[in-house]
Amino acid sequence: MNFPDNLKYTKEHEWIRVEGDTGIVGVTDFAQGELGDIVYVDINTVGESVAKDAVYGTVEAVKTVSDLFMPVDGEVLEVNSALQDKPDAVNTDPYGEGWMVKIKITNKSQLDELMSADAYKQMIGA
Amino acid sequence: MEESTNLKHTALTAVHQQLGAKMVPFAGYLMPVQYSGINAEHETVRNAVGMFDVSHMGEFIVKGDGAVDLLQRVTSNDVSKLSAGKAQYSCLPNEQGGIVDDLIVYCIDEKTFMLVVNASNIEKDWNWIKKHNSYGAVMENVSDSMSLLAIQGPKAMQTLQKLTSVKLDEIAYYHFVKGEFDGCADVIISNTGYTGAGGFEIYMDNAHAVKIWNDVLKAGEEFGIKPIGLGARDTLRLEMGFCLYGNDIDDTTSPLEAGLGWITKFTKDFVNSAALKAEKERGVAQKLCGFEMIDRGISRKDYEICTAQGEVIGRVTSGTQSPTLGKAIGLGYVKKEYAAEGTEIYVKIREKLLKAVTVKLPFLKK
Repeated sequence: MNFPDNLKYTKEHEWIRVEGDTGIVGVTDFAQGELGDIVYVDINTVGESVAKDAVYGTVEAVKTVSDLFMPVDGEVLEVNSALQDKPDAVNTDPYGEGWMVKIKITNKSQLDELMSADAYKQMIGA
Repeated sequence: MEESTNLKHTALTAVHQQLGAKMVPFAGYLMPVQYSGINAEHETVRNAVGMFDVSHMGEFIVKGDGAVDLLQRVTSNDVSKLSAGKAQYSCLPNEQGGIVDDLIVYCIDEKTFMLVVNASNIEKDWNWIKKHNSYGAVMENVSDSMSLLAIQGPKAMQTLQKLTSVKLDEIAYYHFVKGEFDGCADVIISNTGYTGAGGFEIYMDNAHAVKIWNDVLKAGEEFGIKPIGLGARDTLRLEMGFCLYGNDIDDTTSPLEAGLGWITKFTKDFVNSAALKAEKERGVAQKLCGFEMIDRGISRKDYEICTAQGEVIGRVTSGTQSPTLGKAIGLGYVKKEYAAEGTEIYVKIREKLLKAVTVKLPFLKK
C-alpha cells in the first residue's frame, strides 16, 4: 500500500492535498482496498459548506456503502465528474484520478490536527 | 465483529490466507470474501471457470426405513420424485408460514439421503428435523468432516474432466455421481451450483480437500481459473435471482411469496402444508420481485420500497451493482398489486426516492 508523504490523512481514511487555500480530497489506498470494487460515487454537496468530520458524500462498492467525511471545514468547489463513468479509478489510482472533491479550506488551522503519512500508517498497522 | 479466534476454519483456510484472500467472519466461519476483487472474480466465473470453497455449508445424512417419510414431512418438495443419483432443491417450512431453511436433498439410494443446508442454520435445521423424526430415520451430521468445492463457469467441465474418468457430460443438471476424483474415492460430483454459469459442486472428505483444490487450480490454469470468494458468489447468485437465506427468505417469509411455489408440492402432506395451501388459494399478500434501478443508486438490504408519493409498499432484501449487466439490481418484497413486471417503484436511498422498475427473473438472460 502506498501513502504519499505530501498528503495529510484522517482517521476516517481520507486524504487531503493542500494547494494554497484549496484542498483536493479523496480516500486512501487502505480505504479503497477495504471497500473493494467501487461502482458508484454519490456526492451532491457542490457549493455547500461542510464541516470537518461531516459527511460530504457516499461511495458504493459492490458489497457495501460507506460515507465520505470532510477532513477539514470547507466549501465543496468541484466534484471529480470523471468518477461518474469511471468509479473504479478510486481503486486503481486513489491519490490521482480517483480524487473525490476539490474544496475551499475555510479553517486552515485544522490541517495541523491531521495525520502525517507515517502517523496514518501506524494507525492502520501498515 | 466476531472474534476471529472463535471462528471455525475449513480444511482450506490456510490455503486461502496464502493466496492473499481477504478473510471475513461468515456464519461462524472464517471465510474468503474476495481474492483479486469481486468484479474480476465474477467475470472469471461468467466467462471461464472459478472455484469456491463453500465447506461451511452443512451436510446431514438421513437414512433407513423412515428416511423418506421424515423427508416428506419436513421438506416442501416431493422426495418421491427422487431416485439414486438425483438431487432436488427444497425448503423446510416452519409452522408459522415461514422457512426454517432452504436446502438440496441428494438421493444416494432409496433409503439414504444427504441434505445440504446453510452454514448459519446447521444447528437450527438439525434440531428441527430431529424434532420431527418420529419415523425412526437415522440422522448423522457430517458437516465437520466434509468439504465442498464449487467449480463454476463455462470451462468447469473441461477443467474437472482432466481429473476423473467419470463422464461429466453424462451428468444431467441436478444429478450427481459418487465416484473417484483426483485419485480420491467416494467424491460426490454434482451438476448443481449457485451461479447460473454452469459447472459442478464436489463433496469430499476433509482429508482430500487441499489436494483436490490444488489439482483443480492446476487443471484449470489453461482456462484462467481463479479462486472465487463469497463476495462474487453473492453477485453471481443475485444476477440469477436465486434466493439467499437470511436475506430473501427467512423464518418469516412464505415460500409462496418468495416465488418458491415450484418446490412447494401439495401432492403430499408436510409441515404447515394446510396453511400454505390456504395461502395459495386466497393469494399471497406480497411477492418477492426483481427490480432494476432506473435512477442512479444502489439498493441494499432493508431499504424501503415506496410509491412515487413515498408510501411504503415493501422492502429490499438483496441489492448490488450487477457486474455483468453494469446496472444496479435488487430483490425485494412488494405488495402484490405492485408486483407485476414493468411496475415503477421507488427505493428510498439516503432519504431520496429513486426510481426503479420490476423485471422478470433472472436478471441475466441466457
